Amino acid sequence: MSDYNFAYLDEQTKRMIRRAILKGVAIPGYQVPFASREMPMPYGWGTGGVQVTAACLTPDDVLKVIDQGADDTTNAVSIRRFFQKTAGVEVTEATAEATIIQTRHRIPETPLTEGQILVYQVPIPEPLRFLEPRETETRRMHELEEYGLMHVKLYEDIARHGTIATSYDYPVRVEGRYVMDPSPIPKFDNPKLSGNPALQLFGAGREQRIYALPPYTQVVSLDFEDHPFVASKAEHDCDLCGASDSYLDEVITDDQGNRMFVCSDTDYCRTRRAAGLVGRLGGEAA
Amino acid sequence: MNARIFYENSETSQEFRCAERPLLAVRGLTKRYGERIGCAEVSFNLWPGEVLGIVGESGSGKSTLLSCLAGHLAPDEGEVVFATAEGPRDTVTMSEAERRRLARTDWAFVHQNPRDGLRMGVSAGGNVGERLMAVGARNYGAIRGRALDWLERVEIAADRIDDRPRAFSGGMQQRLQIARNLVTGPRLVFMDEPTGGLDVSVQARLLDLLRGLVREMGLSVIIVTHDLAVVRLLADRLMVMKGGRVVEQGLTDQVLDDPRHAYTQLLVSSVLQV
Repeated sequence: MSDYNFAYLDEQTKRMIRRAILKGVAIPGYQVPFASREMPMPYGWGTGGVQVTAACLTPDDVLKVIDQGADDTTNAVSIRRFFQKTAGVEVTEATAEATIIQTRHRIPETPLTEGQILVYQVPIPEPLRFLEPRETETRRMHELEEYGLMHVKLYEDIARHGTIATSYDYPVRVEGRYVMDPSPIPKFDNPKLSGNPALQLFGAGREQRIYALPPYTQVVSLDFEDHPFVASKAEHDCDLCGASDSYLDEVITDDQGNRMFVCSDTDYCRTRRAAGLVGRLGGEAA
Repeated sequence: MNARIFYENSETSQEFRCAERPLLAVRGLTKRYGERIGCAEVSFNLWPGEVLGIVGESGSGKSTLLSCLAGHLAPDEGEVVFATAEGPRDTVTMSEAERRRLARTDWAFVHQNPRDGLRMGVSAGGNVGERLMAVGARNYGAIRGRALDWLERVEIAADRIDDRPRAFSGGMQQRLQIARNLVTGPRLVFMDEPTGGLDVSVQARLLDLLRGLVREMGLSVIIVTHDLAVVRLLADRLMVMKGGRVVEQGLTDQVLDDPRHAYTQLLVSSVLQV
């Protein structure tokens, strides 16, 4: 153990954050303001998510941190080390073993279970921001449920690209009330937001907002009758494990135009390969 | 003088009498800015299908009055009773949610500067479609169809539907703003100097267009302007304001051809004759 207070933040700060979380859980999709603290990492690196995780963490928790689905990228590694050092909690890469998962822009492929907490890092929590720059006005719009503007954004997409080209950060409506920004997860993950048995918490450090989806909350992706929502992914199977149902990253392998598609969820891919499943390039690359 | 008498004698009074109650009844509307008054004790009735012009010099309180009527400013005294589908309601005391619902269904507001009334970063079609989507339209094809129809009605070429208003001329922007406001078929339109800042030939075409739309859709309009030619062409009835108060009101031709109040006489005689 170290000289840090458990999970870095002082107890009063954690209580303040827990109060915001409780309020967020009570009003699904509503952005609760909170007094975001300076964290020993730059804004944009998950300061909001880290504060939410710190407030939820207990010494018995098992923590998993992913960045775009991967357990071994810089952001994930540094946050995992941060909590190992300041909280001394056990960490894991296996989704099923974790009790708290902090994620940057993905929902794990392995279905979550009751009792798990998924913490999202959110850069811009306000879904209406790019259409309406005034904070006073967007708050009023949430208050009065004036969400026509959200569809103007989707209309512009179809007018310009022929289809709804928004592929991440896709706006959703929570329990028929608040329109919510699901943080920049790919829209492939949007259906997993709805009816999820895990508690989902969203923290935006710079913007000082926390919002939440309690377990089994109904979440609907916005769309048009004649242009329905489609959870899209690359038309491929994973080249390492052969999975056809997971979200894929495209990796350029040389300068001859060769490329491979691999699961963005590294834990999911590794588990499948350990079970003997092999994709197109699985033998040579792995 | 009594505006009501002129009004009963007008040729069109027949159809106005058919309406049982006014679309908008304003009583004793007052807005103060600290010690100064914005507008004071304004009362009038607006009947369905009627175009009311409000003229006066800069600072006479006409824009303040319009903002109070449209719910952008909260008046200090008085009531503004609008005949909603569910019966007459005082829009000053109704909740903001209801007032904003009115503002995107039964009402429309045309700003002097189209940049205030348009979303400059959104295509022309999206601008026209916004009000439709705000009242629950969720079919892209239908929204686009209505947008195309309205662009045609305000004489904007159909192939400009995906262009942003930034790429439009001033006159086109103003016409787009009008299309965006009228697409949901409002019953009452507030206009704040709709022809200000446009050159005279564009003004003339815009006025022509407005006159056609007003007659065709049977709109009631309250139009604020300092341009007497605009009210001569569009307005049935006229209110002249000075120092925040209504100094004269009556039928447009009556007021302009036979002004009673000294200020109205000055105003009418100040118009340059070319």
